[in-house]
Amino acid sequence: MSESTEVRWTRKHLLGLEELSVDEISLVLDTALSFKEVSTRSVKKVPALRGRVMVNAFFEDSTRTRTSFALAAQRLSADILDFSEKTSSTSKGETLIDTARNIEAMGVDIIVLRHKAAGSAHLLARSVKCSVVNAGDGAHEHPTQGLLDLYTIRERFGRIEGLKVAIVGDVANSRVARSNIWALTKFGAKVFLVGPPTLLSKSFEQLGCNVVHSFDSIVGDMDVINMLRVQFERIQSSQFPSVREFTRMYGLTWDRFQRCKKDVFVMHPGPMNRGIEIQSDIADGPQSGILTQVTNGLAVRMAVLYLVSQVGGQS
Amino acid sequence: MTILIKNGTVIDPSRKLEKKLDVLIKDGKIASLVAPNASSGSADHVIDATDKFITPGLIDIHVHFREPGDEEEETIASGAAAAVAGGFTTVCCMPNTKPTLDNEAQIEFILRESQRVGLANVYPTGAITKGREGKELAEIGQMHERGAVGFTDDGVGVGDASVMRKALQYANMFDTVLMQHCEEPTLSKGAMHAGLVSTTLGMPAVPAEAEQLMIARDLLLNRTINCRYHVQHISTAWSVELIRRGKKDGQRVTAEVAPHHLLLTDECCRDFDTNFKMNPPLRTAADVAACIEGVKDGTIDLLATDHAPHLAEEKELEFQFAPNGIIGLECALALYIKALIEPGHIGWIRMIEMMTVKQAQIVKLKKGTLAEGADADVTIIDPNLKWKIDKESFVSRSRNCPFHGWEVTGRAVCTIVGGAVKWTLPA
Repeated sequence: MSESTEVRWTRKHLLGLEELSVDEISLVLDTALSFKEVSTRSVKKVPALRGRVMVNAFFEDSTRTRTSFALAAQRLSADILDFSEKTSSTSKGETLIDTARNIEAMGVDIIVLRHKAAGSAHLLARSVKCSVVNAGDGAHEHPTQGLLDLYTIRERFGRIEGLKVAIVGDVANSRVARSNIWALTKFGAKVFLVGPPTLLSKSFEQLGCNVVHSFDSIVGDMDVINMLRVQFERIQSSQFPSVREFTRMYGLTWDRFQRCKKDVFVMHPGPMNRGIEIQSDIADGPQSGILTQVTNGLAVRMAVLYLVSQVGGQS
Repeated sequence: MTILIKNGTVIDPSRKLEKKLDVLIKDGKIASLVAPNASSGSADHVIDATDKFITPGLIDIHVHFREPGDEEEETIASGAAAAVAGGFTTVCCMPNTKPTLDNEAQIEFILRESQRVGLANVYPTGAITKGREGKELAEIGQMHERGAVGFTDDGVGVGDASVMRKALQYANMFDTVLMQHCEEPTLSKGAMHAGLVSTTLGMPAVPAEAEQLMIARDLLLNRTINCRYHVQHISTAWSVELIRRGKKDGQRVTAEVAPHHLLLTDECCRDFDTNFKMNPPLRTAADVAACIEGVKDGTIDLLATDHAPHLAEEKELEFQFAPNGIIGLECALALYIKALIEPGHIGWIRMIEMMTVKQAQIVKLKKGTLAEGADADVTIIDPNLKWKIDKESFVSRSRNCPFHGWEVTGRAVCTIVGGAVKWTLPA
């Protein structure tokens, strides 16, 4: 199904994009392209993972990612277990590893993990025999989000290389930002990180990004603007003074939007705070790719589940 | 009872001695050091130390033995056994047990248990504040009288400046030492060093300034009080510089550094292996270089392991939730050799000085010397022995060691405490 038949997927787990090569990422995107067609059929299902079991193990709130993985698995004909635990299992005396081993003992092939601690997916991958797909570990990575963002940009522009992409907001605490940084820089995009120094350390420059504190100074030059969600708990810890000051300096307001390139592509990983980081009419307007991202997310997650299960199934 | 250690090279920094001498031990004390073959050769027990160093028993003033409270991790008995297996004859245990060592009964308990076990000498330190809560001074006077060799809230620093000021004033009355775990509490919410690696991993992080702020604050608080003040487990470049300046100003400040802060950097955390999680965290290569420079120029006075046992299941957690610390007693000597001697930073006499007499001075113990009449605490070291660190071979109850599998050179082969052989490397 992939054109790049030279490249073979050898990973049992998808933990992050940092360790993936350009060829591996391309393979996922190309696989996703072929799966996207499935969603346009009247019978939206293929038998690729029939008899396999995927569990959504979510230790943090999530609607979008969890349902996207669930639907992706269903379209591949996998059986699905749903395991949601809002409180950390450690508070109940059971460790993450124990919880995962118990789930695995039920005969699970893939664990999709969302957890508030960075590195939790790596911990799991070391401890279980089945495949692990990272659906967000703390502020570390959210690889399928990075892949679907890359897919969406490529679909829109036909290329990644040379594009100027701004990632705006709470970069420090964003796993979406990190996975996007890895994906975009590997493919030769010019990445501009935008936010106050309290949410964006200089260290990011060493990851190959431009660190910018004035949104206005670069807004007119960007091909893609990816607005990160403002996380209100950060305001309480005084990482910036107030929501309105944040909106004034880093929001994608109508005024700023007027100064953007005509064909600027606006993205947001969701869920949006309308009127805070992004103005409603921009989010809903013709330059917005926000719902396309969600649609593509399904195809990308189908591709990821398919690829890791091919490797996991051989072991 | 007499022991004669023959054919070895004595390294006794307390008397700037590095010479081929035989050591005669009688009734628990050093009887004499004599030229090879000059001794009569008659002793109850003769140890051949050919090609080996004979040093004062190694001392480590910073260990955690977890008793009372977490005996499954380590006890006084298992910790003391680990100490002698690493060549240490004297250790000072930290008061962050459950309950805290913050009163004289607890101090008495440690001393008695140390005696009952009869391996290494284990001396307790007491907490600076009750329950290590940083609010009210603990009974420093009573604990001092009972035998606490120093005071610290280790695990946390004393965050409140007014409490620390009182502690310095009060402890100075007894000329005891206040040992500080330097970490400004308002900057301490993190699991690793704040830098490129923490940025990459998205890990909550502690900036180097957390350590530096408390050192700088304490040096200022102590300027007019001039209590004996000791910085525990120093880890950043600017910390070294602050202490260098404090010493230049004539302040009574000393500092220690742990093996991991001389050998490892925050790069080690990239795989989320919790055996690389400790507090203070692993810092950058520049910090490591500065710590080594501090050892070379004397800014850092001594080497201490911060031996911190944890069970495997405790460490088998998400990185940010796992407890801090690693064990060190059984491989520390070889690690110091690797960090300091092999690259040529310092020589043996200086390293042994940092592991013996310098430690004894800070906790005011009449140890760390092979002077005639001194307690016969002696370590025999084979400086050329090549071995592989194997955590499964440790006698400590815990296995949390990031150096597992390292190929190292140099090892204690015999540990004598109070004139009795307590440990010999199995053949």
